[in-house]
Amino acid sequence: MDQVKVIEIKKSVFEDNDKDANNLRKELKDRGVFLLNLMSSPGSGKTTTLISTLNLLKDKLKIAVMEADIDSDVDAVKIKEATGIQTIQLHTGGMCHLDAEMTRQGLDNVSLEGTDLVILENVGNLVCPAEFDTGSCKNAMILSVPEGHDKPLKYPLMFSICDVVIVNKIDVLPYFDFDLEKCKEYVRMRNPKAQVIPICAKTGEGVDVFANWLLEQVKNWKQQ
Amino acid sequence: MHELGIVFYIIRDVKKVAEEHKVEHVSTVVMNIGEVSTIIPDYLTDCWRWAADKEDLLRGCELKVNTVPAVTYCEDCGKEFPTVQHGKICPHCGSEHTYLLRGNEVEIKEIQV
Ligand SMILES: Nc1nc2c(ncn2[C@@H]2O[C@H](COP(=O)(O)OP(=O)(O)OP(=O)(O)O)[C@@H](O)[C@H]2O)c(=O)[nH]1
Ligand SMILES: [Mg+2]
Ligand SMILES: [Zn+2]
Repeated sequence: MDQVKVIEIKKSVFEDNDKDANNLRKELKDRGVFLLNLMSSPGSGKTTTLISTLNLLKDKLKIAVMEADIDSDVDAVKIKEATGIQTIQLHTGGMCHLDAEMTRQGLDNVSLEGTDLVILENVGNLVCPAEFDTGSCKNAMILSVPEGHDKPLKYPLMFSICDVVIVNKIDVLPYFDFDLEKCKEYVRMRNPKAQVIPICAKTGEGVDVFANWLLEQVKNWKQQ
Repeated sequence: MHELGIVFYIIRDVKKVAEEHKVEHVSTVVMNIGEVSTIIPDYLTDCWRWAADKEDLLRGCELKVNTVPAVTYCEDCGKEFPTVQHGKICPHCGSEHTYLLRGNEVEIKEIQV
């Protein structure tokens, strides 16, 4: 038998992606484009929230949307029809998250000229997207009332990387034992810097708070 | 599903290293996986078997997993304690001012060729 030779690597699996993500962020900075990565469990209301938010912002900013899905284009079509905004569909080919390289490939298909804001709807999942930096400038996540207020304890990494936590479907609060104050406290435990914004994407209640937050972020990104 | 994604990254990195060292076949890949990394070693090795056998470089190659115990450090009393048993609260002084020292890694340690 041949002799076994050992090659030391000692390298984190996430290292290359982290590098790609930092490069992408730098390029976006140079071009004055703000990229928001929006994450949540399946069905928390990413698409519905996006539609309400886009309708508030589309006269103020030039926006593009990238919809990541494992294998359909339902959401992209829905957004395009409801807002008229440029929307492209990314297929992750079975992968449970997007990485920086896939995000870049998506951006290559967006006309970025003059675009202020690109929103990426990530794959519905609270674990994997948290581990892969997409190169986004800020991260937002949606937690919906039926999921329960203890999610920040169960998915600490996701909550620790988010700049804003949207609590959606507050219209159904009377029917669930969801405790908004407890939820805020748990988010603070994981991430004291995260802002919590309660909304109802269906009626638009509270969505203006999120839209203003986003507007502020885009402005800061271009100025700094 | 999560583990399969990780496997693709491992394969990509191992391929790169193999190319640099002009290696034609890798017999073992050794990983350091932290106890609180969210990776389940059994799923990882299952996904590995499926994906690695599709590559000439990695056909039959074994994936060995070293588990790295998770350890948390307490800023208030300066002691360390096992994370999985005690979580974020220091068992020595009850403080919540703690942070993870290790146990989060998903690292390729070495390959054997
Ligand atoms: N009651 C209530 N239902 C909502 C609200 N927002 C969204 N929904 C409903 O929740 C369901 C899922 O909403 P989507 O916006 O498709 O959720 P999503 O996160 O984009 O889902 P995926 O892309 O499949 O992960 C739909 O039936 C929406 O109508 C809300 O504020 N209140
Ligand atoms: Mg959707
Ligand atoms: Zn202590």
